[in-house]
Amino acid sequence: MTAPATLTHTLAARDLRVDTVAGHPVLKGVSYEIAPGEVLALVGESGSGKTTAGLAALGHFRRGLVHTGGTVSLQSDDGEPVSVLEVGDRERRSLRGSTVAYIPQDPAASLNPALRIGRQIGEVLETHGYGTSAAERSARIAEVLAEVGLPDDESYQRRYPHELSGGQQQRVGIAMAFACRPSVVVLDEPTTGLDVTTQTLVLRTVAALTTEHDTAALYITHDLAVVATIAHRVAVLRHGEVVECGSAEEVLRAPSHAYTRELVTAVPHLDGTGATSTSAAERPESVTPESAGSNGAEPDGVGSNGASADTAEPDSAEADSADSNGTQPGDAAPAATGGDRARTPVLSVSGLSVSYGDHRVLHDVSLDVRAGECLMLLGESGSGKTTLSQCVAGLGEPHAGTVSLSGSPLATSTQRRTAEQLRSVQYVFQSPYSSLNPRKTIAQSVELPLRTLTDLDATARRARVAETLERVRLDPAFGDRLPDELSGGQRQRAAIARALVTTPEVLLCDEVTSALDVSVQATIVDLLCELRRELGTAMLFVTHNIALARHVADRIAVLRGGEVVESGTVDEVLGSPSHEYTRELLANTPRM
Amino acid sequence: MTATTTQSTLLRRAWALPQAKIGLALTVVVVGVAVLGPWVGPWLTGHDTTSFAGKPFQSGGIAGTDGLGRDVFTRFLSGGLTLLIYAVLATALGLVLGAVLGMLAGYSGGWLDSLIMRGSDVLLSFPQLVFALLAIAMIGPEGWLLVLVIGITHAPRVARVARQATVAVKDADFIRAARMYAMPRRRILLREVLPNITGPLMVELGLRLTYSIGYVASLSFLGLGIQPPTADWGLMINENRIALVVEPWGVLLPVLAIAVLTVGTNLITDSLASAAAGTSQSGKPQTAKEASA
Repeated sequence: MTAPATLTHTLAARDLRVDTVAGHPVLKGVSYEIAPGEVLALVGESGSGKTTAGLAALGHFRRGLVHTGGTVSLQSDDGEPVSVLEVGDRERRSLRGSTVAYIPQDPAASLNPALRIGRQIGEVLETHGYGTSAAERSARIAEVLAEVGLPDDESYQRRYPHELSGGQQQRVGIAMAFACRPSVVVLDEPTTGLDVTTQTLVLRTVAALTTEHDTAALYITHDLAVVATIAHRVAVLRHGEVVECGSAEEVLRAPSHAYTRELVTAVPHLDGTGATSTSAAERPESVTPESAGSNGAEPDGVGSNGASADTAEPDSAEADSADSNGTQPGDAAPAATGGDRARTPVLSVSGLSVSYGDHRVLHDVSLDVRAGECLMLLGESGSGKTTLSQCVAGLGEPHAGTVSLSGSPLATSTQRRTAEQLRSVQYVFQSPYSSLNPRKTIAQSVELPLRTLTDLDATARRARVAETLERVRLDPAFGDRLPDELSGGQRQRAAIARALVTTPEVLLCDEVTSALDVSVQATIVDLLCELRRELGTAMLFVTHNIALARHVADRIAVLRGGEVVESGTVDEVLGSPSHEYTRELLANTPRM
Repeated sequence: MTATTTQSTLLRRAWALPQAKIGLALTVVVVGVAVLGPWVGPWLTGHDTTSFAGKPFQSGGIAGTDGLGRDVFTRFLSGGLTLLIYAVLATALGLVLGAVLGMLAGYSGGWLDSLIMRGSDVLLSFPQLVFALLAIAMIGPEGWLLVLVIGITHAPRVARVARQATVAVKDADFIRAARMYAMPRRRILLREVLPNITGPLMVELGLRLTYSIGYVASLSFLGLGIQPPTADWGLMINENRIALVVEPWGVLLPVLAIAVLTVGTNLITDSLASAAAGTSQSGKPQTAKEASA
């Protein structure tokens, strides 16, 4: 896509400087301009100041921030440019919504739950004195609803926000923003909470509206794949400075700044190139379960056992060996026999069903994860993927069906599992911000499983913790710190260390990358891949992001509405998806 | 060790507020008088708390004499310690009992939650003072009973706050992780939950201490707390109120001391509450105020 050729700028920020009250700079002279009908993407990681720079266009600064320099000028369709930061409060308030509109990240939180949606859109129009009569306004409500691709009839307008899906809510939010035909819209990560299919719809809506009405759009995001889909130009922000600015094509294909290159390479690709720089290159492009099993065994020097991987061993013998391994928590037992057991599932789920009352969350789900293998469990929000992984971990609700570890069935709740079983199945939570106790040091948190599940003494535990922290590439000195002294990526490493400290046979990773920035996400995925090869741990990688498939997984199971609709090797599923839903997912995943 | 670091940030933030400094100064003055008074008093005035200094209600000495001719200032200096000790003990009892019950209810949920919380609702439906009067009327004015009764009446109020704060953290992933690692419930409550609800509990501590001082003084005033001839502020107010016009010091001194102490601890509590409200991680500090309001 190319920028429409225009000379004027609708929105121009010049040398914008913002400090915190304490004097720490947040923006260090940020400039950007947007032409009518153009979409400028403001890209950056959390803390880069991208939201601050975007909200400045509305003349708004979050509490604790002070504007110390620079201007924002806004050129409306009719008349003189307005300097947003210099006009009075009242005037600025009348600009917002009519000339410059804002679309927030969370649609559900931005809509008033007690008002019908037609009324909410009408309110925006009334506040800004749109039209002369009520009839004109209600015509505009219907019109704008149709513009965002929603039904415009009376009965739809009479719905409450909770009667709409997340995607519909976000489109109502967009309708509210576009209701007064603003010259500029600021979109703050509007698709972050949505699944890919809805995201595509919302992106199309935004693109259509901006071109149609010649609206300038400032799109704040951290997702470069989305940028590639929607933006004409891109400004990359880092530590409050624009490090690179240019057309989307230039910036994404031939980034000139080192940081941009890092960002671009960190984006996971469906075809497996690019991201996870080191491991993806070392790893064979497609890893079959068999080779994954022997891969896992090699680093531990038992490659000779790998030869027997192809000749299936009797089940009972393997179950025995698993048991004897489990009783020695101190060594890397699971890896040692990884080669032997490559063909038998170390974790097996069969006929798993969970219901909350009448609502069926999981229905007859069966999965197998073999030793050293990574199974990606792919599903969107509400597909039951987290419920499934929590059932396996023993945190879930009572369920029907069995979960068995190396052939022996696991109890439903952790309280009735043996210490050995608890050691063998470990869980990494989605958000490292809530999975570590904020009042405990990293070492105390990592030590926890050792205290409760093993009888190692304090010295041995401490040594083990230091060793595991090193294994996840975290300086053991971090052990004495509290979680809030660590970055998100470091916290997730610590959480992974806690899961690995008992050398589990199965590691459950529940959306472990979704709370992290793109570049950090890539390093965590790298780390997990490396650890899997080093330790031969089987992994169940739960995610909504199909683009990660080639980077982490050997096989994929696609979960939809509580049922596994498709499963197979990564190549099979991505290359020739058999289920309609998988095809749809693949088609809607934004690519760079 | 970690709990102290985060608690100290709470204290540091509270200390930055001017009302904390004023509150602490007021409290320190009264506590100083109450603690040192019993020793300094006789040396300063030359009288014992129970010895006769002159005729009743005379203005000799620093603050005159009371109805039985005892030196008011000596009695004032010695009258605070018992009150303070009872108040602190009652607060400690109420806080520990309430925190344990509240955490247990909040964390366990289900029938245990209902049992504890409905039980405490029953207790809450009695006015605190009436409950204390009932118990003392039945058993008699004993020191331990005073502490026990006031402590018990505090417990349900603290339990509500503790329960609310516990519910806010109990579904956090780190607690789920601890459950997954088969940590016993007692240790989860002690090691994982408690350090994360200290903010609201600190606020409760201050609030309950203020109330305890008030209750002990009121009960003594009513003749059901500390018994004569012991010197006690609450008791002194009652003994000397008939001569308020003639010899006001016997009433004014203890009233002033109680008022200053109450205002002082309240100011500290307030600053703790606003400091806790500023830290998003310490649960929901507002609940402390709401529940006790």
